[in-house]
Amino acid sequence: MSDTTNQQDLMRKLMQRAAPGRAEFEDLVIVPIFAVIVALIVGALIMLATAVDIATIGKSYLALLYGAVGSLNAISETLTSAIPLVLSGLGLALGFRAGLFNIGAEGQIIVGGIAAVIVGFSFEGLPWVIHLPLALIAGAVVGGLYASIAGWLRATTGAHEVISTIMLNLISYRLLDYMLSLSWMQREGRSDPVSKSVVPSAELPRLLTDIDPNLRLHAGIFLMIAMVLLVHWLLFKTKIGFEFRASGENPDAARYAGMRASLIIVLAMATAGALAGLAGANQVLGVLERATPGFSAGIGFDAISVALLGRSHPVGVLFAGLLFGALEAGGRQMQVDAGVSIDLIGIIQALIIVFIAAPLLVRAIFPWGFQKPASGRKE
Amino acid sequence: MTAASTTDTASGTKMETHKDRQARIYGAVLLGLAVLVAGVFALDTAGDATFRLSRPRDPWVVPDLVVPAAPFNFFVAAVLALLGLRQFMRGGFKWSTVSIATGFAIAVAAFLVWATAGKSFSLTGMLSATVVAAVPIALGGLAGVLSERVAVVNIAIEGMLLAGAFTGALMGSLLGGWGGLLCAVLVGGMFGFILAALVVTYRMDQIIAGVVITLFVIGVTSYVSSQVFSEYRFLNNAPVFRAWKIPLLGDIPMIGPVLFNQNLFVYGALILVCAATYYLFHTRYGLRARSVGEHPRAADTLGINVYRTRYINVTLAGMVAGFGGAWFTLGSVGRFDENMTGGLGYIGLAAMIFGRWHPVGALMAALIFGFADSLQQKLAIVRTPIPSEFLAMAPYFATIIVVAGFVGRSRPPAADGKPYVKE
Amino acid sequence: MDVELRGITKRFGPVTANDNVNLTIRAGEVLGLLGENGAGKSTMMNILSGLYSPDEGQILIDGKPVDFEGPGDGIAAGIGMVHQHFMLVPVFTVAENVILGVEPTGRLDYLDLKTARAQVRDINDKYGLEVDPDALIEELPVGIQQRVEIIKVLFRSAEVLILDEPTAVLTPQEVEDFFGIVKSLRDAGKAIVFITHKLHEILEIADRINVLRGGRITGEGDPKSLTEQQLAEMMVGRPVSFDVQKAPFKPGETLLEARDLVVLNDNDDIAVDRASFHIRSGEVVGIAGVQGNGQSELIETLTGLMHAASGSVSFLGKDVTHASARERHRMGMAHVPEDRHKSGMIANFTIYENMVLNTYYEDRFSSGPSIKWPEVLKTAAKYSVDFDVRTPSIYLKAGNLSGGNQQKMVVARELERETKLVIASQPTRGLDVGSIEYIHKRLMEARDEGDGVLIVSSELDEIMSLSDRILVMFEGRIVAEFDTAAGPVDKNAVGLAMAGVHA
Repeated sequence: MSDTTNQQDLMRKLMQRAAPGRAEFEDLVIVPIFAVIVALIVGALIMLATAVDIATIGKSYLALLYGAVGSLNAISETLTSAIPLVLSGLGLALGFRAGLFNIGAEGQIIVGGIAAVIVGFSFEGLPWVIHLPLALIAGAVVGGLYASIAGWLRATTGAHEVISTIMLNLISYRLLDYMLSLSWMQREGRSDPVSKSVVPSAELPRLLTDIDPNLRLHAGIFLMIAMVLLVHWLLFKTKIGFEFRASGENPDAARYAGMRASLIIVLAMATAGALAGLAGANQVLGVLERATPGFSAGIGFDAISVALLGRSHPVGVLFAGLLFGALEAGGRQMQVDAGVSIDLIGIIQALIIVFIAAPLLVRAIFPWGFQKPASGRKE
Repeated sequence: MTAASTTDTASGTKMETHKDRQARIYGAVLLGLAVLVAGVFALDTAGDATFRLSRPRDPWVVPDLVVPAAPFNFFVAAVLALLGLRQFMRGGFKWSTVSIATGFAIAVAAFLVWATAGKSFSLTGMLSATVVAAVPIALGGLAGVLSERVAVVNIAIEGMLLAGAFTGALMGSLLGGWGGLLCAVLVGGMFGFILAALVVTYRMDQIIAGVVITLFVIGVTSYVSSQVFSEYRFLNNAPVFRAWKIPLLGDIPMIGPVLFNQNLFVYGALILVCAATYYLFHTRYGLRARSVGEHPRAADTLGINVYRTRYINVTLAGMVAGFGGAWFTLGSVGRFDENMTGGLGYIGLAAMIFGRWHPVGALMAALIFGFADSLQQKLAIVRTPIPSEFLAMAPYFATIIVVAGFVGRSRPPAADGKPYVKE
Repeated sequence: MDVELRGITKRFGPVTANDNVNLTIRAGEVLGLLGENGAGKSTMMNILSGLYSPDEGQILIDGKPVDFEGPGDGIAAGIGMVHQHFMLVPVFTVAENVILGVEPTGRLDYLDLKTARAQVRDINDKYGLEVDPDALIEELPVGIQQRVEIIKVLFRSAEVLILDEPTAVLTPQEVEDFFGIVKSLRDAGKAIVFITHKLHEILEIADRINVLRGGRITGEGDPKSLTEQQLAEMMVGRPVSFDVQKAPFKPGETLLEARDLVVLNDNDDIAVDRASFHIRSGEVVGIAGVQGNGQSELIETLTGLMHAASGSVSFLGKDVTHASARERHRMGMAHVPEDRHKSGMIANFTIYENMVLNTYYEDRFSSGPSIKWPEVLKTAAKYSVDFDVRTPSIYLKAGNLSGGNQQKMVVARELERETKLVIASQPTRGLDVGSIEYIHKRLMEARDEGDGVLIVSSELDEIMSLSDRILVMFEGRIVAEFDTAAGPVDKNAVGLAMAGVHA
């Protein structure tokens, strides 16, 4: 009798979750904050090295801040920039969790965008409740199919997805050039490489035009929030998510557990590609209203950083995407106000990732911010 | 272990081995090529294809090669079908690799004949362009070999090439060609050192480290070129290393212009490939480097400093990539453009895989990619029914095919990609 | 050359691996060092070879204190180590492996392999080792690879040889040959440290014995005056019973039957060659054999992880030759894989996630696409209590558990279901005696409840004490079968079969 109560006590004890320790706090809060600070400092040093004077550096960082959160317009711009980053970052994060290093978001954004824009301009007179979802789905499906080429190659031949997705990116650039040279894609009466415009029934409606017609924030933000929730549910609450994570952590154990490795790889790549395709659709339906050469604008590469910064966790990706969106929006302001090239933002972003992905490095630079590493802890 | 061959099993049951399956796949691929060549390249063609083998000013003029297009291509299709059937029916055993390689080669020849039917086309020019286009790929691949032989996966090659190109342009404008080249090599080495520091000392994931270095270099070079170069144009105007003809050898028909009338970078790449082969396979430090890539713990127990070996080799790899990067500016246009390496670093990685982690293999693979590249450029000039955008995809498709077809069959260094944690 | 360790202490974080250890090694003598897994033997020897540096204490060579700063220093001082896991580069030749780190070179740093070969042959001749200097390591059998390791240390003119669990991978006959080599090295004046956890071996080869437990020396003695029972008590710290409790043997109906099973490995070599056997309910079948004779491939094929090239497997009367691992698992086949780190668990997953690693899809843990985590938590806690997995919380990462607790977690997951057949591959490798006893008890309970049990182990003692029937595998074939019901099995006969000698 007492034996069973003992057992029940023990079980209850085992099921208690320990309070998040200092280590988690360091990992999730201190490291990212330090990373951003160091990156901004190094960014300033680079500006100094390229003969930008100190006053301008101060001015540019102020402009950066102002352009990111300083006004309603700034916040609208930050969110608008964050939407595609978060969407494709979610896809990449999901891939990382499944052990797939997908560098191909850029290409998936392009093909997804192309598909969405074609659907977007091809059907006139459809009600928006049908047309808009149709265009979004087209982007997601085509992006997913494009990504699953790399997944399929990996599953059947072992070709590393890093190389194949990069090649698919390069192919997608040429494909976009080709598509934009076709007469049925091009704007009526023009021969420059710009596609026809999306008809209003397929546009993601702007949300704040009542306040100021220049505010670009659009309904894609709801899509973004929905996808964060969806991916979180998928990864942590479902069987397929468990399989993704298990294959990513230890493919041998996943195989032992009866999971089908090939199927999981293809599915994970397809889901990641669908999210990136959605990001592409979001750009053409919500921001640009047409496809232009280079409309992907490096979002797919920034999304890699977003996914890494967000520690491949959907909520983390959301915050990382907002940060990068802010840097993006602020960077444009910086370019206008202080005359510092927006390419500086790319440097700062890369540096943030260096420090995020090498916590040992941050520890080496800021020894006082951290507990002495306990030996039991895994890096 | 149990190295008995299939025939030893007395049970006599039919077993499908991996080789059988591979032979059947190869057979199917060859048959597919045969259908393509017969159906498109042979049926849809007329006239003769003329390949020019020498230029009029050459000391020895070789007559043009004239090929009747349709008969040639039907012949190629027949050979392909034969090879394919043989693989498919019998399982080619040791001939399977030779068959597939021959098959691809003659299919490409058929494609060339089809594209040039009724026109003329400088073969020597294209081969010469092949060698030139292969240089950055071969050097990128060599950088990959040097670092992966010590088990550091180097995705950063693209960034190192770009850094080399940028430094070459900037410092070349200030210090002249040789000074620019030296600086490009040093900056490449610096990024190699940074990669080593990130992955060896700070144990960052190797792929992430590589990607981040590339992103960082793209950021810095784009920033400087838009912030500085746009204003101070003289900073982006470097002298170019011209072709330098080797006496006598350069006059050999065909081979001369292709191999012995090139610029510094071509000769440099060839020398570096030889030097790397000697270093890796015939010297003490090469043996140690390879042991670090295969079994770092074993090397460590023998007193070989794993970390130092990785630092040195990855830094060397960076220097090689820096040299390769300088090709883009000092070896061709003298001017830096944003993102001008265009993914060649990654193609270099594919060349490394295709070349089985061997310097000479990487060079050979690079020549194949270079061929694909020069082919598409030349064909864009000769008008073909294929849109130029699709021709431009050829090297990328070739890369995917190579990586997909060969990655499982060649063996990377055993510890490749794994950080070594000293106990 | 004599070596003395004085007051050596080594800590890894909170764990003290070596606690004030004193040890003397003398030339011309075999010192046996006995201790179970985790007793601190390897740590001590790694200190001696310079791989670790001690936190306290001193090493003296011929009375003079020395200070080792890196792994090269031990060997430079004449102390050579033959590791349990060979430190050989598989794609290098014997000669290349031997010279690595002390290479003879010519001009331009040219590697002088000719000299290297001659030097390897010299050592060969001197100690009767017979190894081809040009052979590739990966093509050599493990027994020969071990000789290469010995040549390696002799090439560096080692006077002290440390042999860490050298017999783990050898057949009983190879062990005999190996002991001959050890004796000839001792007679040539070398000092030998022989590390093992096998009692009978240490009694046979050692001139002097030290026992290590919990990082301390707990016993010392002369092999002539010690018995296995005494040594075992010193090693474990309490009386140990070698007998496994089991109910009388009552085999039931056939559960699994393999017929003419042929399995090819990735290189198309035959790994399993026409294996035929059956397992009945209520019996333990043990597969003995030296590692790498096809046991792993056989198990993977039985459990559905590899494809049979020909032949068939039936389970519970159904042909399952082409059934997936999951189907077989569902039918009641439990599988404790041979390497828990590689495939049995996910170190970065929590304990509760690992507890459902291959059952998460079952109706009790999932509904529709989602997993019922509250249910999983409850079950995982129950399993942990039932199987004595010692952890403060099941939210902990499995990687933080000790080896014994990890294995108990894996065994709990596999046995706490409706099972018919338990396939356990190396179920106790690398565990402490307490965990070994526990896992043996659980496997026997499964048998006594009517399950069939198949055990693969490279420890012949384990096979002998658990099995009702013993199959011996050699070069992919089942070369012998022994039935314990018919009377006691001759260990020598099993050993001969493991070496491919037909009785």
